[in-house]
Amino acid sequence: MDLDNNLKSVKHKIVILSGKGGVGKSTVATQIALSLKQQGLKVGVLDVDLCGPSIPRMLNVEDKDIHQSSQGWVPVYPDPSQTLAVMSIAFLLNKKDDPVVWRGPKKNAMIKQFLSDVVWGDLDYLIIDTPPGTSDEHITVVEGLQGYNPDGVVLVTTPQAVAVGDVRRELTFCRKTKLPVLGVVENMSGFVCPHCAECSNVFSKGGGEALAREFNIPFLGCVPLDPQLSECLENGQSFVEAFSSSPSAQILNKIAETLHQRTAMNGSIS
Amino acid sequence: MSEKPENAPEHCPGTESEDAGKSSACQGCPNQNICSSAKPKGPDPDLAVIQERLSSVKHKILVLSGKGGVGKSTVTSMLARGLALDDNLQVGILDVDICGPSIPRVMGLEGEQVHQSGSGWSPVYVEDNLGVMSAGFLLSSPDDAIIWRGPKKNGLIKQFLRDVDWEDTNYLVIDTPPGTSDEHLSVVQYLQNAVIDGAVIVTTPQEVSLMDVRKEINFCKKVKLPIIGVIENMSGFICPSCKNESQIFPPTTGGAEKMAEDMKVPFLGKLPLDPRIGKCCDEGTSFFEEFPDSPAVTSYQQIIKGIRRYCNEDDHMDTS
Repeated sequence: MDLDNNLKSVKHKIVILSGKGGVGKSTVATQIALSLKQQGLKVGVLDVDLCGPSIPRMLNVEDKDIHQSSQGWVPVYPDPSQTLAVMSIAFLLNKKDDPVVWRGPKKNAMIKQFLSDVVWGDLDYLIIDTPPGTSDEHITVVEGLQGYNPDGVVLVTTPQAVAVGDVRRELTFCRKTKLPVLGVVENMSGFVCPHCAECSNVFSKGGGEALAREFNIPFLGCVPLDPQLSECLENGQSFVEAFSSSPSAQILNKIAETLHQRTAMNGSIS
Repeated sequence: MSEKPENAPEHCPGTESEDAGKSSACQGCPNQNICSSAKPKGPDPDLAVIQERLSSVKHKILVLSGKGGVGKSTVTSMLARGLALDDNLQVGILDVDICGPSIPRVMGLEGEQVHQSGSGWSPVYVEDNLGVMSAGFLLSSPDDAIIWRGPKKNGLIKQFLRDVDWEDTNYLVIDTPPGTSDEHLSVVQYLQNAVIDGAVIVTTPQEVSLMDVRKEINFCKKVKLPIIGVIENMSGFICPSCKNESQIFPPTTGGAEKMAEDMKVPFLGKLPLDPRIGKCCDEGTSFFEEFPDSPAVTSYQQIIKGIRRYCNEDDHMDTS
């Protein structure tokens, strides 16, 4: 097995980080992936959240198994076109409610395997979803991507100061590990009441945008709360496709388009 | 658990075994000298120190989730503040979320530093009867990141449990990061001789959260950690304008109450999504003091009653 080849055939690698839990990393990762797929690109999603793997449910591949080939692990394809490939520890669990109670070293070994042993094929984009924090998973992903020219990181936050506080720390992590920051997404930014159309700032407003300004990083956009987005994630339906005219879907599509334009200039790895 | 090194012979008893280096299978193994000269593994002496240190803490409650962003730190701070409203109680918060320590901000203690005294590390006091300890107090700037792998995080958690002087405390509420990894294993392991009353598990209503929370409940069962109950947070949003309720995080699979029933664990209650709670957390103020008439305050008070009842505090219960 040529360990080099599996990541070499992936043109662009984007890591979704936050620092804060529950801000919508997996949501943003899946919707960006689906949006890019809709544009005709070949996309992979790698879920390195070993304790709380959300990706399979969101992409409607919850009960799938993975198979071995001579070149490594074959990812799960949600549909026959094979333009979206998924890998997650969820596929390796016997029962989906089994906790993965692993300390750092064992988590690191698994993540290294995910990075080197999955046969992604010729992907335009690999989106890597991470758990919250700045610990084993994040350090191992950065180390594993060294030499493969990752395009950079998308930082997801919610508007309030408690979330932004953790994202500042994640920015320090990016600076120390020399990961380029492609931009900040402010998720759950406002809720439009379906009954009276009044907009409430359920989780405050503007924190993500202010952070981007403070650190001179591109601001990718505010994604409002939309219960239809939550429902789609629950049911493994593509929100950007099913509700494309909703404000949240429009901004998610715009974010994917912006990332595509920015990273396309990076070209393939030599 | 026995570790077999890659270069060990077929019938290696394991490096952690009492027969390590001494069994017949060990003859000729390149590690034999190392294994046979290793000191016999006894119990970790720090466990006894921790037990002694925490003997003055009557009740220890872990706040867990499995899922991030459901409100563990919010619930921890609200439970602690709510308990501390009773002047007869001495309350502490221990924040073992080392990478994402939210408690200092939520408690209005950002920028505070840890002080050492002759008897150990002193918690930072919000009120006379409410003290806090967090990794956040070890950082000199809000941008500082703790980029540590598991073993180093475990070391700090042990230090918190061993060296913080809580004095006589009625309730110690321990906030954790999401997941079932180093921090959680370490807290349970280091507190194995000190009694943990149990875990309060926080979730939001949707299945994407419940999926992770079921794992957390199974973790608790696996490590024999009693479960005080499950709280469903962000359960419904009342529009301040038209007063209609919306389910921002829809309970597509029945919500936390059904999950608790299925997993045979108690359900403590629901907390509504009130933007003013988030605002108080951002500002480090007490929601109980700022908005005492909010339905969320009533819900929290019911939950606190349930927890105190669980901890057998009947002599301090009021009859209202």
